[in-house]
Amino acid sequence: MATRASAPSAPVTISTRVDKVGLRPKVTRAIRAFVVVILTVLILLPVVWMVMTSLKSPSDVVAVPPKIIFEPSIESFIFLVTERVQFPTRQEADEFRARDDLKWYEKKVAERGQKITRVGDFPKQLRNSFIIAGTSTIFSVLFGVLSAYAFSRFKIPGEGDLLFFILSTRMLPPVAVTIPIFLMYRELGLDNTYFGLILLYTTFNLSFSVWLLKGFIDEIPKEYEEAALVDGYTRLQAFRKVVLPQAVTGIAATTVFCFIFAWNEYAFAAMLTSDATRTAPPSIPSIQGVGRIEWETIAAASLVFLLPVVIVTFALRKHLLRGVTFGAIRKG
Amino acid sequence: MSSYSHPARRRHLGDKRLIQMFIIPTVVLLILMNVFPLIYSLYLSFTEYSAINPTPPKWVGLDNYKKVLSDNLYWHNFAVTGRYALISVSLQMIVGFGLAMLLKEKFKGSGLLTTLILVPMMLSPAVVGAFWKNIFNPSFGIFDQFLGYSDPNTAPEWLGDPDLALWAVVIVDVWMWSPFVMLLSLAGLSAIPDYLYEAAAIDRASAWFQFRRITLPQVMPLLLIAVLFRTIEAFKQFDLVMGLTGGGPSLLQGTQAVNVTETVSVKLFRLAMPPQAQTGLSSAMAYVVLIIIIAISNLYIRALNKVREG
Repeated sequence: MATRASAPSAPVTISTRVDKVGLRPKVTRAIRAFVVVILTVLILLPVVWMVMTSLKSPSDVVAVPPKIIFEPSIESFIFLVTERVQFPTRQEADEFRARDDLKWYEKKVAERGQKITRVGDFPKQLRNSFIIAGTSTIFSVLFGVLSAYAFSRFKIPGEGDLLFFILSTRMLPPVAVTIPIFLMYRELGLDNTYFGLILLYTTFNLSFSVWLLKGFIDEIPKEYEEAALVDGYTRLQAFRKVVLPQAVTGIAATTVFCFIFAWNEYAFAAMLTSDATRTAPPSIPSIQGVGRIEWETIAAASLVFLLPVVIVTFALRKHLLRGVTFGAIRKG
Repeated sequence: MSSYSHPARRRHLGDKRLIQMFIIPTVVLLILMNVFPLIYSLYLSFTEYSAINPTPPKWVGLDNYKKVLSDNLYWHNFAVTGRYALISVSLQMIVGFGLAMLLKEKFKGSGLLTTLILVPMMLSPAVVGAFWKNIFNPSFGIFDQFLGYSDPNTAPEWLGDPDLALWAVVIVDVWMWSPFVMLLSLAGLSAIPDYLYEAAAIDRASAWFQFRRITLPQVMPLLLIAVLFRTIEAFKQFDLVMGLTGGGPSLLQGTQAVNVTETVSVKLFRLAMPPQAQTGLSSAMAYVVLIIIIAISNLYIRALNKVREG
């Protein structure tokens, strides 16, 4: 501290760090950058491999040794959105292939000796994922922002305990509540409904949403609203017209975190949904191929499923830290 | 203030109702979906009951807990979870903190690289597990190739070998979650005041000394949070195992066949769901897990409060 206090008041324009002068720091920095690039490539390798696998033809997928260079094909994506059957004999397959009224994707599938019977389940599962994750996110952010505002601005009896209680629900292992919720939902007829999962995800995200948003709202100066109140705004108007616009970044970050959680959730979805409402996470690991494990289809499904999350990660990189620590840390 | 007493009082009354309106949905939802189920399953944990059986729950006292805590079969799952948590969290700390040390001082493109490194932790564990199955395949997967095993016959079978399967889960978990530790460490490192290092440099302190006496103590609170958070998550481990190994492979231990990657959560899920549907017993097991996690959570929240204040 003493060094700080006695420092000259004139700005220092050159580095005073003895350890940062000369050539060596530059060289070490270059080496460090190089190492980081290598490590990043290594970390991303599985994702790159997934992209490559999704673009391979069925025979290239199981090639030994694994093929790095291959002829790209989009068969996997056709497989992903269709339900197919294998022709029992080669002859039938050839006859089918010879027909000239086939669409291009039917032709592609016919080359594998298969016939498309109907649209596959994956598009529907993806839609279910969007509906359930999207709706639950809206509700958890809505209720979250209201509670966060109340906790941030007012003295609430038992506030500390209440906040602790809210946070502790996030620590619950899903499996601890799955059994009673399963029974409860069965009793109420909520299993295998959109509403049931939306309700569940909303609640599970709520604790997180309250804590994260409280951190953001705490940072908005109280004086803004007080000025608005003096100007004759009601509390609700002040909240809507002064606080909400200031909290937009926080709300956006919370929205995305809640969405990612609901989008990726597996345990409840596996237990409480079946055909009609099944979301993508429990379905992808159990993709059944026609006569074999269709790795390229699994890869294509994973890729399509991961895309929204990867985009979001980039859009959100500044807020990631607050999100993963319940907003406890202010800046990264 | 006194001249505004009347409007102020009205506003105050309004505030009170507003607070209620704002907080009630949250509290009601949490009670309905978290507290009530917990009480319900506490009751079930003292009964003998099967969800697929029409017989109503029969009170059996502590029998279920005795069974969970004394039967070797269940101890195995706790042991697997504990071992997995210990190895996985330690490795994540080392890798994550190492990455943070490398990225601590910015260089051209370091921001982009940091974001790219964060991608794995945003993915769905179940889907990641399903895909790593392909990567671990000894003949057409890339993992063994990468390690230099080019012959599929001698290459290690990560998911089929009882000695390796848990390590496979650990590897994927470390891949997914080291970035999280890195993120927390970076936050801690960037908060260390520069003058500490300046003073050390003037004193010609060695790099190792600076690391041990400045860097490490200063990031400790955040590292602690990372450890606790990851430990809680490790005890909840479910999705990744389901996607990757499904709990298998099985191994004969004495006279019993045990599944080497079956964590408590996976076991719990199997016990609770049909065809087993041992609702009472699985509720008791869930409570044992819950108590362990509450204990760790308490530590976590204390550490969190410390960081928030400091």
